[in-house]
Amino acid sequence: MRHIMAKSLAPTDGIRDYLAVQERKSLLRFLTCGSVDDGKSTLIGRLLSDTKQIFEDQLAALERDSRKHGTTGDDIDFALLVDGLEAEREQGITIDVAYRFFATPKRKFIVADTPGHEQYTRNMATGASTADLAIVLIDARQGVLRQTRRHSIIASLLGIRHIVLAVNKIDLVGFDQAVFERIVADYAQFSRELGFQSIVSIPMSARYGDNVTAPSDRTEWYSGPTLIEHLETVSVDEAVVELPFRFPVQYVNRPNLDFRGFAGTIASGSVSPGDEVVVAKSGKSAHVRRIVSHGGDLSQAVAGQAITLVLDDEVEVSRGNMLVSPAARPQVADQFAANIVWFDEHALLPGRSYILRTETDQASATVTDLKYRVNVNDFAHEAAKSLEMNEVGICNVSTRAPIAFDTFSENRTTGAFILIDRITNATVGAGMVLHSLRRAENIHWQSLDVGKHGRADLKNQRPAVFWFTGLSGSGKSTIANLFEKKLFATGRHTYILDGDNVRHGLNRDLGFTDADRVENIRRVAEVARLMADAGLIVIVSFISPFSAERRMARELMATGEFVEVFVDTPFEECARRDPKGLYARALNGEIKNFTGVDSPYEAPENPEIHLKTLGKSAEEMVEALELWLNERDIAENQYDSGGGI
Amino acid sequence: MQDLGGTRERLKSMNIALTHLQRLEAESIHIFREVAATFAKPVMLYSVGKDSSVLMHLAMKAFYPAKPPFPFLHVDTTWKFREMIAFRDQMAQKLGFDLLVHVNGDGVRDNINPFDHGSNTHTHVMKTVALRQALDKYSFDAAFGGARRDEEKSRAKERIFSFRNAQHVWDPKNQRPEMWKIFNTRIATGESIRVFPLSNWTELDIWQYILQEEIPIVPLYFAKERPVVERDGMLILRDDDRMELRPGETVENRLVRFRTLGCYPLTGAIESDADTLEAIVGEMLTARTSERQGRLIDRDEAGSMEKKKREGYF
Repeated sequence: MRHIMAKSLAPTDGIRDYLAVQERKSLLRFLTCGSVDDGKSTLIGRLLSDTKQIFEDQLAALERDSRKHGTTGDDIDFALLVDGLEAEREQGITIDVAYRFFATPKRKFIVADTPGHEQYTRNMATGASTADLAIVLIDARQGVLRQTRRHSIIASLLGIRHIVLAVNKIDLVGFDQAVFERIVADYAQFSRELGFQSIVSIPMSARYGDNVTAPSDRTEWYSGPTLIEHLETVSVDEAVVELPFRFPVQYVNRPNLDFRGFAGTIASGSVSPGDEVVVAKSGKSAHVRRIVSHGGDLSQAVAGQAITLVLDDEVEVSRGNMLVSPAARPQVADQFAANIVWFDEHALLPGRSYILRTETDQASATVTDLKYRVNVNDFAHEAAKSLEMNEVGICNVSTRAPIAFDTFSENRTTGAFILIDRITNATVGAGMVLHSLRRAENIHWQSLDVGKHGRADLKNQRPAVFWFTGLSGSGKSTIANLFEKKLFATGRHTYILDGDNVRHGLNRDLGFTDADRVENIRRVAEVARLMADAGLIVIVSFISPFSAERRMARELMATGEFVEVFVDTPFEECARRDPKGLYARALNGEIKNFTGVDSPYEAPENPEIHLKTLGKSAEEMVEALELWLNERDIAENQYDSGGGI
Repeated sequence: MQDLGGTRERLKSMNIALTHLQRLEAESIHIFREVAATFAKPVMLYSVGKDSSVLMHLAMKAFYPAKPPFPFLHVDTTWKFREMIAFRDQMAQKLGFDLLVHVNGDGVRDNINPFDHGSNTHTHVMKTVALRQALDKYSFDAAFGGARRDEEKSRAKERIFSFRNAQHVWDPKNQRPEMWKIFNTRIATGESIRVFPLSNWTELDIWQYILQEEIPIVPLYFAKERPVVERDGMLILRDDDRMELRPGETVENRLVRFRTLGCYPLTGAIESDADTLEAIVGEMLTARTSERQGRLIDRDEAGSMEKKKREGYF
């Protein structure tokens, strides 16, 4: 292609007028979703092409690619415009969401083209989370499919209230009105409970352009708008500016001692100097002194603006807190119910600890109760012990510290959160708050006069939790037993929590599924914490196969109190010893979910004490443990006396 | 705000609908602050082009009255237009930000250049590898870039917070979900995040914002008589005598400007008389080719941008 001679057609004076018009155009963010091969990418290619958003060099590349990867014979394959990753073009599928931009004389658009395959549902959710409208595509030959339903449910959960039902490939059913009417009726029936404000159904052919930007003369029975007419005019305004003021504090700007500004984006409502605001978590109030901006102080700011507030009082506010309207405050709680969409191939397990993040706040969180899973076909509420990838469930969530929030139906910004895996840091789920749980508000910590240190001092020792982890038959119980005897002989106050013994009592209701194993560890970790609080040296002897739960246990204890002891005996050796005859049975398939056989064991990466048992006696192992304990106590005593009491 | 009725009255009296540019600006500022609040050692990649100018302007706004709490890094391939280098130093002095310049010393020693080694090798060694060197040298854990999703089809797929493993590799098939404005900023030691505050801006938005905010840009964007050589269908500005003429080539003075700026031997000029911002925007509105059309590196091979990005290019 040759370099081009660009002509300045528009007179310079006209440009500023033109731009002023552009500035006043509203923006609509929407996504295309639906099942595989329903034509989502093709539709976007068609929209971009018909609204003249494709440049000559891009068109040339598209023609080249269509010959190489295209699925439309000699025609241009518009899907290749959006399927931008090599893997997508090679496989002819959409893997991740693509964002495209176009404008018409009436409106600007950002469209998210999302994948139809079930395994990439998380990428569809990514595209949906910032959209106000969803185009649900349906292949006229196929009708409403499982993925159509799943995407519609997720769109609804994520707060999308406007749907375009695009009955695509209408050319392939002979432009038959009866087919269209049947699909529209099916979808209306299915989506009754999803709370959509508008559903506009359009018969179309994305490939040939029928009813996309121009009315089709092949669907004379259809008198509704074309797709683009509807997108240009549909009103999706949510008037967040009329909601109560919410300002999640993102960053405290403190360049010098004279300036302390709270930076963040207004989630809802508006603010002006002089307004009273309340710090959500403490209830302390102050007045807004200034709204600082680069171009001079502002006299007001509204939802959506990223601003810096200066208050008239030195109230304590840090990132994660919220400045709010005193008349209508958010909830502050550590337990609430939420809808959760799960993204990760490792299932959500009740009792497992995750990191919960809101827009600016963060807390450790567990799902205390998975109330039910939603069947995407018929909305049936199904009992479930875990939430698998792409499933949706209603859960009770508990956080270690209280967070400030609204319900998602009240406020899409302050009612949303994500869950992050503690080990991999992957984003594993998204949540929408339904309501806080009363019990959180009414149960407060009772403060007690006798403290942990007093209890431990009386025993003349420092509390510790020795957490033995290792395969069944690795020697945990033998070493633990001998270790306790030694400690006991030197006058220490101890207790052993043994996996088998606890399963006879406290945990007798639990089995060996992943979900039950997580709960097993959660309970014993809480018991160990209480015992450490009582001043004891606790020895926990549990297989505890998952690193996430061991980390959760570690975080429950005071710093330095948790001692992870990896009893490292190779699988073959454990199976050879087989003290309880369990390996023989597990290898025969008589016992399910046996660690090391058909259930994983995640070895510790950095245990405080690593006991390699092969060729060593239990006495030698215990010596290593005693040595460690004595060194810690000496180090801490030195630290204490060095502290100058 | 005691009484909601009063609030509504007050809202009616003011113009509450944010403009398109106000929304984009707020989103970018939010992203800047999120990084400053959650990362130990962020850096802004400063490439001196128009997008970098906008990025810099937004960074100044995000932290006002403070200066941006991170340094600016320019990866200098030693083949940038001289006017770009002059502009860079002038901006650093005027705005008072902390400017780091990194050059791949190995590449200089081996005299890697676009003429003898081709655009691919040159870009890989002097840009991609150089960038990785700089990020490792300073242990940056987050790096802002000015990429926009409307530029190129693999960029259209990228998250705003884009995860890189300890080898700086992007895995486009396995990106973290990115929900609402809740960004997952957690990484393990050695891993990093590339952050793109301009993800949702288009080329038109960039120009419009430059016009509205009167943001300084490198003069090469404006039409002027410049000495150019026609080579492989592109007009190359002969910025210094390291560019040797091939038989039959001549240097001509033509009225040209640039839509995008990179290494001078790899960036094509367009013939144009647009010497004001208004004229540039007017020209853009009637353009029939995309801005990256002037970038040789995008056309080297199919999916070439994605390949470069996976290797650590921005």
